[in-house]
Amino acid sequence: MRPHNLCVVTVTVPHQHGSAARPAPGPAADEGLARRLKALACTAPLHDLDARKANLAGEYGVYAMAEVALAAIDLVTLNMDFDTGADHDQIVHRLLPRVAAQAPRRDPAEHERVARWVLENLINVGSVDRGFRAVYGTFGPDGAYVRRDYDFKLIEEVAGPGGSIYLRTTDEAVNVLVGALDTDVTSAQIAAEVKLEVLVARGRLADAQLAAEQARYRTVQYAETLRRALEATRRNVRAVDWLRTVPDMIDEALDHVADRYRHENAILTNIRKARDEAEEPDNKRRAAELVDIVKDCIRRHTQLQSRLLEAGPLFRAEQDRQSFAAPPARSGLDLYGHLVAPVLPLPVEHATRVTDAFFARGTGLRTPVSVRLADLVDGLLTPPVEREHLGVAMPEPDLVATPDDSRFSDEQLDSALALLDLPHDAPRRLSGLLAEARRTDPELPYLVALLAVHAASPPVGTAYRQGEQRLLFAVDDGTQLDDVEFGGADLIVGTARLDAVGMAADRAPARPAFEDRGSGGGAPTAPTNRNQEPPQ
Amino acid sequence: MTDHREAEAAPAQPEAASPGASAGVTAADAADAARLVSFGLQPKLLPARDAEYAELIRRHREDPPFARLADAVAAGLGLVVLEVSPRAGMAVAAAEDSVFAVRMGDYSRRAASDAGDRFLHGLAHLATAAMAFPRPEDLADDGYIGRITVNGVDAFVRQACRRLEETADAQGENTDPASDAPGLEAAWRVYVRRSATGATKDARRLAGSTTGIVGKAVAFLVDSGFLQRTGDEAGGTYRTTARYQLQVRDMAGNAAMAELLELGVVPVTDGSATLLPPDDAEATDLVADAGLPFHS
Repeated sequence: MRPHNLCVVTVTVPHQHGSAARPAPGPAADEGLARRLKALACTAPLHDLDARKANLAGEYGVYAMAEVALAAIDLVTLNMDFDTGADHDQIVHRLLPRVAAQAPRRDPAEHERVARWVLENLINVGSVDRGFRAVYGTFGPDGAYVRRDYDFKLIEEVAGPGGSIYLRTTDEAVNVLVGALDTDVTSAQIAAEVKLEVLVARGRLADAQLAAEQARYRTVQYAETLRRALEATRRNVRAVDWLRTVPDMIDEALDHVADRYRHENAILTNIRKARDEAEEPDNKRRAAELVDIVKDCIRRHTQLQSRLLEAGPLFRAEQDRQSFAAPPARSGLDLYGHLVAPVLPLPVEHATRVTDAFFARGTGLRTPVSVRLADLVDGLLTPPVEREHLGVAMPEPDLVATPDDSRFSDEQLDSALALLDLPHDAPRRLSGLLAEARRTDPELPYLVALLAVHAASPPVGTAYRQGEQRLLFAVDDGTQLDDVEFGGADLIVGTARLDAVGMAADRAPARPAFEDRGSGGGAPTAPTNRNQEPPQ
Repeated sequence: MTDHREAEAAPAQPEAASPGASAGVTAADAADAARLVSFGLQPKLLPARDAEYAELIRRHREDPPFARLADAVAAGLGLVVLEVSPRAGMAVAAAEDSVFAVRMGDYSRRAASDAGDRFLHGLAHLATAAMAFPRPEDLADDGYIGRITVNGVDAFVRQACRRLEETADAQGENTDPASDAPGLEAAWRVYVRRSATGATKDARRLAGSTTGIVGKAVAFLVDSGFLQRTGDEAGGTYRTTARYQLQVRDMAGNAAMAELLELGVVPVTDGSATLLPPDDAEATDLVADAGLPFHS
């Protein structure tokens, strides 16, 4: 217990004396640590991706998941603007080149699977609240160690105007992405700017590009803060502090925009010069990219500025609408308290009067449908329009009558079945049946033999299910068949009567109730029946 | 409404009162006004989707003589103009004796003959509105969009009925109605007696069950342009439109209140919301995923 505790203490408050007399570290002392722990926690989902890729079904070790994840956060951040977020499919689509570059020989479908997996894990689709949780501990004012849950999201899904779902990166994600953990928006912005200018001046374009990109993320974050304040204002003016906080923020942001605009134009001029003068193609390309990034920054700033300028009027309009919106008699109606609750205990006779009144005026209107006789006649007499979009006419199929190649004719089958229609109490030997068949038709014995062989394995299950009354069966009792055309066993062929009524009743227990009166031999048929139980 | 009626009775009069405007009203204006009303009769059509509609709405707002003309046309057709705005379009409701009014007998054949069904169908509409606008502020706030589910509405009414049942049980009341006076049966019992759902041969909702009745009400409101379907969960999820809010607030709610007051029932509340989150003990009784919008 003690060593474990000590370890935490060492990190938290390095300047403690002996642990026994240790005064409780105040919340302030712990705050920095907690903040860093939270910042650290935000990176955990990214590390987790690389750790978990081994568990995926398939060989995914070749993909750098954390890299894909960071790229995804980048893309979402850059694609979200004031009103909506980034489109899910679009993000996946734009991730594909990077994923494909990591494993060029793999199947494109796998690339897409990887991109989707990463994005869904950043949203944390599997969890109920679609977020992450980290546990950290702090010391309370009384010195007690308290574990706390830190819940955060990296990419969240928001509803767009048309009911569709968009993605937005959270502040935590932007912080993770930029790597500036626990920093102030404005100061980081200024730092990035200064860095950019210096870098451009020194011609270190690679670093300059990095700094410019960082500046852009910061700008987006700024815009996001403002957007949220405006949205909250639209819902309820009082939810946002318009006396100090927001005006201050707007002033700050306007100053910042003006400042940034100046800086970026200066930078743009510099980079353009660098681009035009650069000898090395690599530098030239990088400078050109930088020009694009800075241009995008300027575009975003212009957008932010116009929103900032609209903020004041929007607040005043919302204040007018919300504060001075007359809440007269109309708002006094509480549908549940005034109508539903009092109506339910009433006698149904009276209650119906109230519900009828509500129904008559609350269901909307229907335009009566009426048919003009003239239209009806016209409509019925109009020949159907020739439809041309159906394509070319189907060619008349050239049908050829297939020759009837059946071995036996229907008449032969009928006579064979008539022959085998044996009374249930008089089974016969196959040899006798064959001889009788041969007398009528030389072909018939073949059919009779075939049917008899079939009867050796009677379709008991089918008969049972269909509730048939009788069933042809054949049993081999060891006697050799003595025939000119056929060899084998001289089967005993007979008819078993089935207890259809009993079977219907027993269908659930599923055991056929044979009424085996048909077996003259008695002994041979009994085992057959037992062996031929229907499939359960 | 009265001024509309007057306008209808003497359409030329208002224009005569303002000589500047009377010169402007032409047959083309009348056609435009009627066109605007005809747009209003298509409740699912929104001005945002139709340029001509939007233009007529704009004209209605900016050109008072034209607005009077359009209102007069509507009044003549037996329509009550609730609001003319870009968000709701020309929101018109049918006056009681209008050809556009919906009658219970046309709505449900069973409701015409069976008193219990008649009540249940009416209650379904009332409960749907109460669920869609749970707090008085929601009904008053033009920007509020309510969300309901069919199962949620049913669970909500059942919960209210169950409370009444428990109260009655606690007081030892015998709520069974006298056989010769079915009309005196307490209304909540009619709802409790009816099954919430039932299996059918073709996997459709059982029409006579309470979810079937609520489902019918909701589907009807969708056709009226009052609700929009958003999903299939919980028996179907819906969100309200501006027109529904107007209709409930300005027409149906008041009419039902007036009827209730006439019955001698005067509900007294302090103006705050009466729908409150349930106690923890009761929370477990709620139907899962019913989506009851209980607000604090």
